[in-house]
Amino acid sequence: MTGGEAGGRRPDRAAFAIALVLAALGVLLITEAGRIPDKAGYAGIGSGGVLWLIGGGLVLLALGTAAAGLRGGFVEVPAQKAGPVLWIAGGIVAQIVLVFWAGFTIGAGALFACTAAGFGERRFHVSVPAGLALGFLVYAVFDQVLKLNLPAGLPERLVFGN
Amino acid sequence: MDTFGLLLDGLAAALQPAMLAYALAGVTLGTLVGVLPGIGPALTVALLLPVTYGLDPAGSLIMFAGIYYGGMYGGSTTSILLNTPGESASIVTALEGNRMARAGRGGPALATAAIGSFVAGLLATLALAFLAPHIVRLALMFGPREYFALMVLAFVTVSATFGDSALKGVSSLFVGLALATVGIDQLTGQARLSFGVPQLLDGIEVTTLAVAMFAIGETLFVAAQAGRADDTVLAIRGSVRMTAEDWSRSWRPWLRGTAIGFPIGTMPAGGADVASFLSYAAERRASRHPEEFGKGAIEGVAGPEAANNAAAAGTLVPLLTLGLPTTATAAIMLAGFQQFGLQPGPLLFATSPGLVWSLIASLLVANFMLLVLNLPLVRVWVKLLEIPRPWLYAGILVFATLGTIGVNPSRTELTMLLAFGFMGYAMRLFGYPIAPVVVGLILGPMAEQQLRRALAISQGDPLTLVQSPIAATILALALLAVVVPLILRRRGRGRTLAALGGDED
Repeated sequence: MTGGEAGGRRPDRAAFAIALVLAALGVLLITEAGRIPDKAGYAGIGSGGVLWLIGGGLVLLALGTAAAGLRGGFVEVPAQKAGPVLWIAGGIVAQIVLVFWAGFTIGAGALFACTAAGFGERRFHVSVPAGLALGFLVYAVFDQVLKLNLPAGLPERLVFGN
Repeated sequence: MDTFGLLLDGLAAALQPAMLAYALAGVTLGTLVGVLPGIGPALTVALLLPVTYGLDPAGSLIMFAGIYYGGMYGGSTTSILLNTPGESASIVTALEGNRMARAGRGGPALATAAIGSFVAGLLATLALAFLAPHIVRLALMFGPREYFALMVLAFVTVSATFGDSALKGVSSLFVGLALATVGIDQLTGQARLSFGVPQLLDGIEVTTLAVAMFAIGETLFVAAQAGRADDTVLAIRGSVRMTAEDWSRSWRPWLRGTAIGFPIGTMPAGGADVASFLSYAAERRASRHPEEFGKGAIEGVAGPEAANNAAAAGTLVPLLTLGLPTTATAAIMLAGFQQFGLQPGPLLFATSPGLVWSLIASLLVANFMLLVLNLPLVRVWVKLLEIPRPWLYAGILVFATLGTIGVNPSRTELTMLLAFGFMGYAMRLFGYPIAPVVVGLILGPMAEQQLRRALAISQGDPLTLVQSPIAATILALALLAVVVPLILRRRGRGRTLAALGGDED
């Protein structure tokens, strides 16, 4: 998906890949339409009818995309750097893993530091404390003042009790 | 009661301290995100939706509308001083405004943008107030097939009319429609495409999708661009005061911009970005100083900035009277209404007139607040442009996960956020527009319901869809909105349409 270094030079491959994804999604919808019971009633189309329409549309769009890919020049991909994407995705994964047991502050701190690193800010002794401070501030405002339920961890319990 | 009386009642409600506070929060946030490049009003409303669950419905909606208006004001500051549009409706402002700033006339450029936005916002909000009741009366005659036709028109204009490729736009739309079918069918209770995952039975959350595609997708895309030069902020030299000549050259473009922007906003014909492009073209033709265009003509800032604010107000007409969102921001505002159990449309004017009219009246109030925020305080906002990008985007991502964690605290939902983020990144990478996915996801189930109701009424005869004159006319317009751009593109006029293609707002 990130295309790497070679991404800029193979536009048509990208078009075929997109066509494949659209077709797969379309086939999935049509399969589901065939699977679920049809309670068409008076309307003549039931729960599955719209799945047929959208799935069919997606398959047609896939064919159109493939045809455009044959002609070439449909999708032009600028060169992409993989590193920043991995840093940011890693940050979100860290947030997903951490937030429910270490609390919002720590999860947000990790996400913040990783994203900043993705943008070239590698001074973690600055970005980690900044992220933790932001996370804690957000927790204080949204959980304590605006009554949103954010997961609490050790830092939150220490300051706000339970 | 007549419109005027209702509006006065609304104004009385809007002037209560609590409502003023919501409006102020909205316009401040809106200006903030308008100024910051990379985040627009659509994303901000999506981020704030979950946060407002526990707050007052009227207040929250006033805040959302304030964000929309504020975004239109704030975007001009970035365009003029940074030559990077703060949001998509300010792209043309960058053309002339940045030239003016480089020539040391950044102050008057900011002033004409802010005053033009104010004039347009005020006039267009009044037009909204007086037009809405008429549309409501018209909408009462609409049945399922007319609503279905309207939604088809909205689908077409959002996806196929503008942008560089109809194929890409329609593909985006269909991906959105496919995502919309996930979950329990609202008419029969049948579970579709949920694969036994309980979180999927509720369908895909609009906020999760919108936040993922706008915030995470955008962040990934910006981070992955190799070798981008950083733009420098131009300092505001001298005063923001306009000279007599500036005034006399600005007031006609303000009014023309309003006259162009409001109708564009009310029709399902693309959003504020389209209006600003058309206004720029009109000013260029009408100007007595055409030689200055491209070198810093004040008309080229005044007109488009008025037009994008007027269009933002215009967008609220179909949203409030028909429940029909025509831009991504409006689609997410619709989700906001639904979150409070309110369905915008003709019935809303009958069941909650107080809410509707205080919302409209508070937009007038918001305009005054925005004028103050954007003229005397403009130097404060300029400081924001100096936030280093790592801190800016890291902060955006913390807020992006906040809503999901607060409302749907599950790893499944967060994983979907990441997955849709990558989808948004891939779509940006391959040049696919984002807005049709969001509009498809929110309008899809509504269109399906109307279609199946219409067919049930006619006992399964599909011809019923074109047998009412109103529905047939709307569908014919939708057809034109596909065919005319196709012909234009074939004749090599596609460049103009591609330029008109907006992404966010």
